Amino acid sequence: MGDYRIIEVKQSVFADNNADAAKLREELAAEGTFLINLMSSPGAGKTTTLKRTIASLAGSVRMGVMEADIDGEVDAAAIEQAGARAIQIHTGGMCHLDADMTRQGIREFGTRDLDLVILENVGNLVCPAEFDTGAMRNVMILSVPEGDDKPLKYPLMFRNCQLVLVNKCDVLPVFDDFDCERVKERIRFRNPDCKVIFLSAKTGEGFDEWIETLREWIRAFREGSMTPPVHYDI
Amino acid sequence: MHELGVVFSVIKQIEGIAAENEVRKVSRVVLELGEVSTVIPAYLADCWKWAVKRTQILPEAELEIRTIEAVTYCEDCGKEYPTVRHGKLCPYCGSEKTYLLRGNEFIIKEIEVE
Repeated sequence: MGDYRIIEVKQSVFADNNADAAKLREELAAEGTFLINLMSSPGAGKTTTLKRTIASLAGSVRMGVMEADIDGEVDAAAIEQAGARAIQIHTGGMCHLDADMTRQGIREFGTRDLDLVILENVGNLVCPAEFDTGAMRNVMILSVPEGDDKPLKYPLMFRNCQLVLVNKCDVLPVFDDFDCERVKERIRFRNPDCKVIFLSAKTGEGFDEWIETLREWIRAFREGSMTPPVHYDI
Repeated sequence: MHELGVVFSVIKQIEGIAAENEVRKVSRVVLELGEVSTVIPAYLADCWKWAVKRTQILPEAELEIRTIEAVTYCEDCGKEYPTVRHGKLCPYCGSEKTYLLRGNEFIIKEIEVE
């Protein structure tokens, strides 16, 4: 047996990713790439929302989408068809993206000619919330059929978002136990500064407010007046 | 759910520390894990066994997990209580104005090297 010695480390495991994400945010600010991290559970309507967003911004904002999935290419194909540049990132079984994977995607994608890049994170309300991707804004989509109790069940997701889009509002008459005021209260309970927009990617209801928010963000980002988000590990 | 990714991240950090300290072999790693750190110790241990075998410097490294009890503080009545048993609601006064004092840690405490 050899000589043993102990090295005191006392290093937080997520510190590495937090530092890397902060660095990536600086790199993206320097090259003028505005990155939004879009999260939701599977089936909440990320791709449908993006398709309508692309159509609404066509001609005025150059937009790219990075699709992160465990496997498959259906989302990237749908986005290309809608008229934005898309890249498919395969996470190789991972349930979330971290800052390093995001950087690799951005570099491969080549984002310098784009005004806005949206990262469509893996459909999951748990792990993506824990890893800062380096994005300037974190947006989540909560769809009406999922229920208005989700902010209570997935606190970190709601805490780490600057905006929640409540999607599929066209089905509110059917899902009549979903209470819009209650969901707003519950989101604010987790995150008092969080903005909430009610919309339907299918009918286009509420989209004006979302598109206007995007335009304001892009403006603030270009002016350099946008404050980076605070990331909570728990 | 993401224990394997977390293990990769721990290994990467340990490899960095080992390189800084010119260490060739790590025989033991001590992690401090809060009760509400969202990482499940048993899954972590399983992923660890699988992942370390693929490394150069810690193929046989033993993993010790020390649990840190989660404690929540109530702003309204000023009392502390165990988070896992009572959650967000204060068991003394029923207030929701509570915050976590400790228990979300995930720390590489020390490593034993040869």
